[in-house]
Amino acid sequence: MNRINYLFQQKNKNVLSVFCTAGFPELHNIVPILEELQKNGVDMVEIGMPFSDPTADGPVIQYSNTIAINNGMMLKVLFEQLKGVRAKIHIPLVLMGYLNPALQYGIDNFLKDAHTCGIDGVIIPDLPMYEYETFYKEKFEKFDLQNIFLVTPQTTENRIRKIDNLSNSFIYIVSSNAITGGNNDIQHAQEDYFKRIQQMQLKNPTVIGFGIKDKQTFDTACNYANGAIIGTAFIKAIDQSKDLPTSIRHFIQTIKQ
Amino acid sequence: MENSMSKIQSNSIFQVDEHGYYGQFGGAYIPEMLHPNIEELQQNYLDIIYDESFQTEFLSLLKDYVGRPTPLYFANRLSTHFKTQIYLKREDLCHTGAHKVNNTIGQILLAKRLGKTRIIAETGAGQHGVATATVCALMNLPCVVYMGEVDIERQAPNVKRMQMLGAEVRPAKSGSRTLKDATNEAMRDWIANPVDTHYIIGSVVGPHPFPDMVARFQSVISKEIKIQLKEKTGNENPNYVVACVGGGSNAAGAFYHYLAEQNVQLIAVEAAGHGVNSGKSAATSQLGRVGVLHSSKTLFMQTEDGQVVEPHSISAGLDYPGIGPLHAHLFDTKRATFLSATDEEALQAVLLLARLEGIIPALESAHAIAALDKLKAKENEIVVLNLSGRGDKDLDTYIRELKL
Repeated sequence: MNRINYLFQQKNKNVLSVFCTAGFPELHNIVPILEELQKNGVDMVEIGMPFSDPTADGPVIQYSNTIAINNGMMLKVLFEQLKGVRAKIHIPLVLMGYLNPALQYGIDNFLKDAHTCGIDGVIIPDLPMYEYETFYKEKFEKFDLQNIFLVTPQTTENRIRKIDNLSNSFIYIVSSNAITGGNNDIQHAQEDYFKRIQQMQLKNPTVIGFGIKDKQTFDTACNYANGAIIGTAFIKAIDQSKDLPTSIRHFIQTIKQ
Repeated sequence: MENSMSKIQSNSIFQVDEHGYYGQFGGAYIPEMLHPNIEELQQNYLDIIYDESFQTEFLSLLKDYVGRPTPLYFANRLSTHFKTQIYLKREDLCHTGAHKVNNTIGQILLAKRLGKTRIIAETGAGQHGVATATVCALMNLPCVVYMGEVDIERQAPNVKRMQMLGAEVRPAKSGSRTLKDATNEAMRDWIANPVDTHYIIGSVVGPHPFPDMVARFQSVISKEIKIQLKEKTGNENPNYVVACVGGGSNAAGAFYHYLAEQNVQLIAVEAAGHGVNSGKSAATSQLGRVGVLHSSKTLFMQTEDGQVVEPHSISAGLDYPGIGPLHAHLFDTKRATFLSATDEEALQAVLLLARLEGIIPALESAHAIAALDKLKAKENEIVVLNLSGRGDKDLDTYIRELKL
């Protein structure tokens, strides 16, 4: 069974997922970071594949991408680093990033190498449903990788149903009309939107992301979904860290306390 | 009333299919956050722009406000110099100084019909920003223009123009702080404001339907050329149509009604910067590879790993790492011939046109002039060159670079 499906079968509440840009803050940090996250009880990790022009992301994640690219991170290097990661890491791992670097790597090679490293799913924000179904779906299935779709406050019910049918892992609920790293607390209008999704009783679990930054926003999100994803706040927590294990432990403790 | 644009050629291989592809190029590689906006546009743009009331208002503004039709001028001394027959399509005489306003007029009328109450745009040199700020003043809509911090410094007069017109100029501080980053910031704004805001993209780039929509608004250029050239020569088709290409909106407009005319050679001129292989160039067709940038599958300059490479051109309007998907398709199918001109060649072409014809062109358009030398057109052949903009905005550069 796919590790993502297994996770949600074992745990359908308060799933804590963390996003971290590969190659940040330093080139070889990602595997040690995965180990610390797993050790501290994180349930799943999105590994960010850096891109020079991350249109759906805010300044903090773009900054981490720039640092990572300058450090020499590229897909070739990332897959090299992730070889053998499954000897240490058992939680689900998802790759998240923009389409172009994967295209240049060659989509077949990308999916094959991801599969070989033990990656469970892929989130590509700029790969929409039409293009996925027309050009890429068969390839994803061939390499047993789950494609994870985003849903936003503007996504129609019909389209959410279609996304639910195309998915076999979880659905990423974007919390508001915003890029990553928003500063606001969760508002009433957002809660209405979360409730609307909740009432649709989708077949896939849901995870809320964008703007989840602390215990309060995490807990609120978890009232309406199976879990939540923290990205920008984690990047900030490890930026300039002199001691990654301690920084990570402290950060995760503030969420799980 | 005569329709300035028509749906003809809709079966042509040079038109987009229903998903926005020109051959393998185009599409709408948008994050889900932009899906409703893009879908709304995709489903409505053709119905809106071919509606009679839209056409009436559009054509009347092009005539009375922009000053269309722009002249097609036989450049006698330039023709003698290059030993061929050269006609200049005088887009430089448009209100605001370039062809850009054809598109912003079209898009603001579209935005109003979609019920949008706020306009955003990206700009590099500031020409599209000024053209957008202009139509927003005209239509009394609030306007935010994103501009790279670097460009704000090097194009100060256009920043002031936009502000005089009531627009807010917001610096793009991310990445390389130039046009591509201004485009990213505008997209982020649109993600955050999906209901009330329309994003007026300035070139034939971005997700479908922008490339097709902008090409249709700019197609008035080749529509007029056909009529004017027939009046002057008895034949609506020249041997060559020449235009510069950054993203490619003026070239798309100048080529549009000639796309299916196989006996008309289409010549796209890119900015070679310091030289195509110098590492400081914007000659995308020579240096680019197929990939996805700004929501479109097209040719753009990138590293082996797919990171966008910063281009270089002395002309801010050509300083873009990609070309629109229509142009990528024209290049791929060899329907258009791609030439390039260096910074230095463009500067010399500015002086040449000034001295021979009394016209100071924009740096972008000067690249097209510079390519005439490489065209080797015969004496009896007819060349139409799209003079996309005037040189007022580049005066500082001319003073500095030409040591005036």
